[in-house]
Amino acid sequence: MKYLVLLMADGELPAWADHTEEQQADVIRQFEEFGAACAAREGVQILAGEALGPGDTATVVRTRGGVRTLTDGPFAEAVEQLGGFYLLDAPDLDVVIDLLQLLPPYDIQVSPVVDPY
Amino acid sequence: MEASQELARVVREEWGRLVSLLLARSGRLDLVEDALGDAVEAAARQWDAEGMPSNPRGWLVTVARRRLVDRLRVEAVAQRKAPLLVPDAHRHGPGPMADPGDLVEDDLLRLVLMCTHPALAPEAASALALRLVLGVSTPDIARLFLVPEPTMAARLTRAKRKIVTAGIPFAVPGADQLPSRLEVVAQTAYLAFTAGYAPGSGPDLLRAELAGEAVRLVRVVLDLRPGEPVLTALLALVLLQHSRRDARTGHDGRLVLLPDQDRSRWRHDEIAEAVALLGSSRLAGPLPARAASYLVQARIAAQHATAPSAERTRWDRVVAHYDQLLEIEPGAAARLGRAVAVAESRGPREGLLALEGVELPGSHRVAAVRAELLARAGEARGAREAYAEALALCRNASERAHLEERLASLGS
Repeated sequence: MKYLVLLMADGELPAWADHTEEQQADVIRQFEEFGAACAAREGVQILAGEALGPGDTATVVRTRGGVRTLTDGPFAEAVEQLGGFYLLDAPDLDVVIDLLQLLPPYDIQVSPVVDPY
Repeated sequence: MEASQELARVVREEWGRLVSLLLARSGRLDLVEDALGDAVEAAARQWDAEGMPSNPRGWLVTVARRRLVDRLRVEAVAQRKAPLLVPDAHRHGPGPMADPGDLVEDDLLRLVLMCTHPALAPEAASALALRLVLGVSTPDIARLFLVPEPTMAARLTRAKRKIVTAGIPFAVPGADQLPSRLEVVAQTAYLAFTAGYAPGSGPDLLRAELAGEAVRLVRVVLDLRPGEPVLTALLALVLLQHSRRDARTGHDGRLVLLPDQDRSRWRHDEIAEAVALLGSSRLAGPLPARAASYLVQARIAAQHATAPSAERTRWDRVVAHYDQLLEIEPGAAARLGRAVAVAESRGPREGLLALEGVELPGSHRVAAVRAELLARAGEARGAREAYAEALALCRNASERAHLEERLASLGS
């Protein structure tokens, strides 16, 4: 199965800009460990994964009555802090949840990718 | 035994095992219940006419598996894929169609853990466990949780869809994860149990009987994990609470409070079983918080259940248990219970002091206890005000009747 893992918010962590250099290095190490653990786990593969620009660099596209409008900013307050994502291939939800323990304790949403077949 | 009775017994006792076996082999949560339902229907027709099969469980599995294969064949044709799918290939490899009914207990544990997965909403998990593990009917589950039947049916369907779509596994997690998952199983079962005692608008008797299904759920899981502390403590707790069901309502359907209950109508065999569980060696020594909380709550219930009369309750011990409970799990409900025990043990004024600052927003219980204690302390005016406050918040008919009676007894 494929899962989209959305790193939704910092949770109890300070904002990235408020991290000390040491803390930043720590976070980067956790992401590397997560990547390594995914590679080592049977049936798990990171298909994609990126960090995203801040919410105020996002653009929203809406079409109403056939007219397309662009607006500045993220779609909703809830995704203002959306910091990054992974697209994972994994055997089941428990495997994903288990691996996510290695990431910094962000608030995370895990959504299954719908299999059209 | 009559065939129909035997069928009802097999269905009641074996439902979860049958579901888990079919699920292990087919992996199709969307088809298993229907297939099993068809098999039960066929059994109702045939067993009466042709006599009981020698292995009723195996008979049901075989028929249900045939239905599953039929459904899969139809799907396969519709999708123009292979003409026949072999559901066995998934886990066990192909086997003979006549299933001997040799069942792997691990499959039942897998089913329990899948139904109670923490990624499911707790109420949905609770309902799903009653449906799939115990075979409780959807109308009965709806009655237990006080929701309309279509709402419950939709909730069950959504939960099953989430399991399939989100990839919630039919699996037993590793030893490091299992204890916390069993805690969720316990919480899920307790949620179903307390739903049966939640105040409803109609007569409560039937729903208390349905709470017995939650007790059965705890037993089933405890059988799979004998001695597991959180389940042992929970079984003791629910047995003690459930043992009073017949004495809780009077002939007129009104609520009868603990001190006024006819203790001869308590189920003393269940109380004895619970007290024996509390003495189990697995509950001695330090426990994780959830298990410790159930254990202390059960000990409080046991003090009441074993007191020869309301007057001879060991309230000093009850207070001490509440002190322990508040250390494990601070909360307004426990503080309220402690205040009542303090009042019984040391007098209403001490109880009122213990009640200070306790708030249960939206609930009438704090005001009702304050009213009772003020009345006992001889402060009729304050008591009347507090009863009025409680009545303004209370929605349950039999509890309202009790409060109104108390208020009237104070005069004006």
